[in-house]
Amino acid sequence: MITVALQTQTRTETLVRVEHLRKLFPLRTGVFARARSFIHAVDDVSFEIKRGEIFGLIGESGCGKTTTGSLLVRLLDPTSGHIYMRVPSHPETNSQEEQYVDIATLEGRALKEFRRNVQMIFQDPYESLNPRMTVFDIVAEPLGIHGIGNVYEREERVAELLSLVGLTPPESFLFRYPHELSGGQRQRVAIARAMILNPSFIVADEPTSMLDVSIRTGVMNLMLDLREEFGISYLYITHDLAVARYMCDRIAVMYLGKIVELGPTEEVIQNPLHPYTRALISAVPIPDPAVERQPIEIKGGVSKPIDPPPRCRFYDRCPIATERCAQSDHPPLEDKGRGHFVACYEI
Amino acid sequence: MTKRYPVLHVENLTMHYLTRKGEVKAVENVSFSLDKGEALGLVGESGCGKTSVALTLLRLLPENARFLGGHVYFFRDSTDEAHARRAVGKPVKILLDGQEHQGRLLEATRSHLVLDASANGRREQLRLNRQDVARLGVDLTALSDEEMRPIRWKGISMIFQAAMNSLNPVYKVGDQIIEALQTHLPISVPEARERVAELFQLVGLDRQLMDRYPHEYSGGMKQRAVIAMALACEPDMIIADEPTTALDVIVQDKILREMRQIQKKLNMSMIYISHDIAVIAEVADKVGVMYGGGLVEFGPSDAIFKNPIHPYTKALMSAFPSIKGEKVKLAALPGEPPDLIKPPSGCRFHPRCPFATEICEREVPEFREHKPSQYAACWNPLSKGDR
Ligand SMILES: Nc1ncnc2c1ncn2[C@@H]1O[C@H](COP(=O)(O)OP(=O)(O)OP(=O)(O)O)[C@@H](O)[C@H]1O
Ligand SMILES: Nc1ncnc2c1ncn2[C@@H]1O[C@H](COP(=O)(O)OP(=O)(O)O)[C@@H](O)[C@H]1O
Ligand code: SF4
Ligand code: SF4
Ligand SMILES: [Mg+2]
Ligand SMILES: [Mg+2]
Repeated sequence: MITVALQTQTRTETLVRVEHLRKLFPLRTGVFARARSFIHAVDDVSFEIKRGEIFGLIGESGCGKTTTGSLLVRLLDPTSGHIYMRVPSHPETNSQEEQYVDIATLEGRALKEFRRNVQMIFQDPYESLNPRMTVFDIVAEPLGIHGIGNVYEREERVAELLSLVGLTPPESFLFRYPHELSGGQRQRVAIARAMILNPSFIVADEPTSMLDVSIRTGVMNLMLDLREEFGISYLYITHDLAVARYMCDRIAVMYLGKIVELGPTEEVIQNPLHPYTRALISAVPIPDPAVERQPIEIKGGVSKPIDPPPRCRFYDRCPIATERCAQSDHPPLEDKGRGHFVACYEI
Repeated sequence: MTKRYPVLHVENLTMHYLTRKGEVKAVENVSFSLDKGEALGLVGESGCGKTSVALTLLRLLPENARFLGGHVYFFRDSTDEAHARRAVGKPVKILLDGQEHQGRLLEATRSHLVLDASANGRREQLRLNRQDVARLGVDLTALSDEEMRPIRWKGISMIFQAAMNSLNPVYKVGDQIIEALQTHLPISVPEARERVAELFQLVGLDRQLMDRYPHEYSGGMKQRAVIAMALACEPDMIIADEPTTALDVIVQDKILREMRQIQKKLNMSMIYISHDIAVIAEVADKVGVMYGGGLVEFGPSDAIFKNPIHPYTKALMSAFPSIKGEKVKLAALPGEPPDLIKPPSGCRFHPRCPFATEICEREVPEFREHKPSQYAACWNPLSKGDR
């Protein structure tokens, strides 16, 4: 069982430290053309995730959340920057000894070892599971890749995981195909697969946004339970602030490749400081007709961060921009107290 | 008593789809009503039948659909000549001095409506003065396709789910609306252009955008264009199926507020269809909650949010996190939504309902008024103590 109080408990040991991470995607005009322009999908992003912490990345479509998540599990290679992560020194043994490595530079065998420790759960449980594999094959696959256990041990371990994620009795799920499962059950299979190698870190990219409400809560509670039980850390990606409030200890708000605000979830949501965060939070609908919201108007439209000018990314839409904002570089994240960071010259 | 001005009475609507796997019981005995200027929010999880209800009442059903019964009374002022003519020979409802008469319309003359109101073996013919009659409702299920066509744009127009993705990429957006206008109204091209410019202004689009192509529009702009199209023929009512589901929250908020303003300004009725109870809470005066093909609760938004009667309504509300108020552990419902090919017996919610008793499995609960204007289908309606 989880309690809300536990979530706010401070977690101290740093598991992941991201420093000046960048990912540029070249925009090609033709197959052979050299790229002259770049999408700055993730642009000088830094943050830390503690052990056992659920760290949320929020923001509108295209702001760079998925790209950041993919970099952290090395599904994408960064253009520059560092991703330091604690990983076991001797993964084959049960030794507790850990080392801090920059996973941005890992290759070959070291990269494969690293992949035992991190997993990603995707948004669409209909696309992310191979339709021709049974639940057993899907969940056991990582054991095969890393050559762990024999057939019997694997079957036992898979059954254990299925029970853990609430697919009971496991026997009745082991040999089903994804199309024989509901969306919620598929997402549970994806979670079981992600959990099977005892990872210390999971990137969950909108894991419940395709699920129906009555199913979604179960999956969210399951992920909270797993965190409590195994001390897993999550990077939890969502565009839904209410979900972020429910799931995350701390959140970072992204805007066009930049983190513009970061802090304890409750602090950021109840006391947003950055003009973008303020507008975003004021636009969230409240499931209670008795509550009157005061929306903050901002100018429309997020564009793509293609070769953005060096000034503040939010400048074009910002209601409080000044001459200084026009003349200066994008503002750095500054500590405003209580671990609440904001990137804005006027706050 | 306040004066009621009905726009829509839906009664016992039932529709199934025939599929190779079996009969999908998608709409089962759905009843609700809507007044002029009111917004209804139809909420429920995906596959519960929201879109199907809209398609059934607009008679826009696919080939494999079977309409199995029910009535959809669509009301207009009794002085509307075309409406009265269309209603002759059809089942109608007539509102006169706050009283409702029901029957078959025999004749509509300049001065009178003649109604065959025979019922229960008693023969009765009413001759009503047209000036006294406030509203005339005709049963849309009795109309021919020909008679239905003008209703679809000028009476009730629909914004389809994901409509913004169905704008034709090779035509300018303005031209697409002009064409729609000209199909339904006797109007010249310059007049239509002027009208589209007005509509663009109404939905917050720059008039220059008329001559642009859909790919030059953002998601929010496309959705505004689709709303402009739905407003083109000044309908009495719009059904908007998940109108903001694909949009980011800031754009969603702006568009919902604009729709609400337009609705108030034109005193239009709306049905918003959404799976998001927070969106419904923001826009709706009345709420209808659907589960497994049926409407399980219907009534004023405030009352339903404060004191839901149906256990599923309550479960749905307590499954939604919010950024306001105390942070609480959300309660997960056990199980899955029903398979509508083999729905559970009795109350379709019974396998998941924490309040289910023996009768729930056996008999379908009647959809009835439990509190003033608050309807629900439940054998064990929630009282205040259960919450
Ligand atoms: N493989 C790629 N090639 C080129 N551009 C890309 C690629 N992947 C992402 N981008 C661009 O990088 C930016 C960030 O995309 P990303 O998918 O990280 O956003 P996101 O925050 O996850 O959005 P969403 O909420 O829609 O999932 C966008 O402008 C996107 O179009
Ligand atoms: N054209 C169709 N043929 C067969 N079944 C359908 C069709 N359209 C919808 N259904 C089924 O009818 C039920 C209700 O669907 P729908 O009205 O689209 O739900 P909602 O809009 O609430 O998501 C679902 O079980 C769905 O799979
Ligand atoms: S730095 Fe300037 S432009 Fe950027 S958010 Fe702050 S006030 Fe607005
Ligand atoms: S009728 Fe019975 S099973 Fe259905 S909602 Fe009411 S109490 Fe629950
Ligand atoms: Mg994404
Ligand atoms: Mg639908």
